[in-house]
Amino acid sequence: MPRTGDGHEPSVGGRSGTTVTRRGALLGLAAVGAIAAADVGGFLFAGGRLTPDTVTPSRFVDRFEQVFGRHEGFRRNHAKGVSVTGWFTATGAGSAVSTASVFRAGSRHPVTGRFSLSGGQPDAADAVDTVRGLGLMFRLPGGEQWRTAMIDSPVFPDRTPDGFRARLLASKKVPDTGKPDPAAMAAFLACHPETAAAMDIIRRQHRTSGFGDSTFHGLNAFRCTDRSGASVPVRWRLVPEQAVRQPGAEEGSGRDYLFDALVREVTRGPLRWRMILTIGEAGDPTDDATRPWPADRTSLDVGTLTVDAIDTEGPGNARDVNFDPLVLPNGIAPSDDPLLSARSAVYAESFDRRSGEPKAPSRVTVAEVPDER
Amino acid sequence: MSDSRTRYAFTSRLLHWAMAILVVAQLFLGVAMVASLDAYHLLRTVHQPLGFAILVLAVVRIGNRIVHRPPPSSGMRPAERMVATGSEYLLYGLLVLQPVTGWAMLSAGGFPIALTAQLSLPAIAPRDPDLYAVLRQSHTVLGYLLFAAFTAHLCAILFHTFVLRDRILGRMTLSRRPRPAPPPQRRDPEFRVS
Repeated sequence: MPRTGDGHEPSVGGRSGTTVTRRGALLGLAAVGAIAAADVGGFLFAGGRLTPDTVTPSRFVDRFEQVFGRHEGFRRNHAKGVSVTGWFTATGAGSAVSTASVFRAGSRHPVTGRFSLSGGQPDAADAVDTVRGLGLMFRLPGGEQWRTAMIDSPVFPDRTPDGFRARLLASKKVPDTGKPDPAAMAAFLACHPETAAAMDIIRRQHRTSGFGDSTFHGLNAFRCTDRSGASVPVRWRLVPEQAVRQPGAEEGSGRDYLFDALVREVTRGPLRWRMILTIGEAGDPTDDATRPWPADRTSLDVGTLTVDAIDTEGPGNARDVNFDPLVLPNGIAPSDDPLLSARSAVYAESFDRRSGEPKAPSRVTVAEVPDER
Repeated sequence: MSDSRTRYAFTSRLLHWAMAILVVAQLFLGVAMVASLDAYHLLRTVHQPLGFAILVLAVVRIGNRIVHRPPPSSGMRPAERMVATGSEYLLYGLLVLQPVTGWAMLSAGGFPIALTAQLSLPAIAPRDPDLYAVLRQSHTVLGYLLFAAFTAHLCAILFHTFVLRDRILGRMTLSRRPRPAPPPQRRDPEFRVS
């Protein structure tokens, strides 16, 4: 056997006729092990598995389950809801700022929507001060879609995903009182002045009688691009054509009184909302949904949403739609708002979880609502 | 021996390294995407067209593999050759199956599948939440399986290169001047590492 190295190493013939010492082989093995460890370690690190404190979409959704309990088959937030369908008719005014086909004058697009109440309890009792939600999915020509998830608050309470998550924990109901711990909320607000300011704005807004006379806000800023390639920041809201009424005697008249009223209204005739696009100007925050834009900004009336049918959540309707706010048509793009990507990620996680779970019947059952009180 | 007898065809080598970069990037990108809030949207925007590019390349590569036979692997035991061939087929299978699963998953979830602003893919599965859930889970499992297969492949070639030192990597490198293939060796029974 040939000898190499320091003269004490036993060695063997490698496959290529080169001579491999035992030391060389061990060094080689060490190199293989080191590279393999870097490969596997890097993969685990990229997947957030080595950093248990990093907030991943999965851990974010876990927080909802921790606060509201785990309700299989339901959304982890805005769990209580009902499916609607209708259409959107464009005025053409939106084409001034965006090439999106949804805004083309006279165009009409089918819409699937979902009215909901915020919170992770699918059987929560309707209450006048619960945040109301409206998710929409517009089916556009050429397989394009536009999805948006709106609520009836003019601003969002949180600027960042972390703020949202911390507020969720601070607002968790204490078993003894059935209410959030005031000390926890006070401590949270002390660290999040932007939330305190946003909550003041939200509190000053008058509650309306129900879903049909609520204004729904898209909250986050987006960017619209026109034919010349120029882009402007925009926010949108849906303003009801129904007369706005104060919450009245029907308040609390039943566990599902808000949904029951909506079912009766849609059954009587279509409900309509104008879509108003507000154009932001230089200096208006696009990355902070807690701050309103000045009231004098240019607004465009870009079309009308008509809701003419309402159904219990079920297979193939809004139940199975993820109202991901970043499913956008050409001509509308995300802004730099950090909430957008986080919403997209968390909605996807919620959708992934509920898709594979057994489906319980929705609390809001359209067929069981009596026509007239 | 001529170059074509000792090395993979140039197209095979080009496809191998192009896909190696894309697939490894995609594996890390995918696992980072589902664990991220801030970067989720950006990574998703890259992940889908990249997945489709990998699918197209995988199909091209399988065609190329049928046209160009690999060079003979001298100095391998029959068992080793079986493992090498088996792992090659496994990788080919996963490189097709994983992007198709992702595509079908998005279809079943009812999502539009945009590759670019102008180009989107049709749905290849019915919209169904249960089907979506199965495909979503499969996409994760296949992703981890593909990562494991890649890691095994990486370890094998590192082992040949650093421990056996048989220059087998030279058959796949892109260098212009091929290293001469080693003559077949009688295996030394005293040194078995595998």
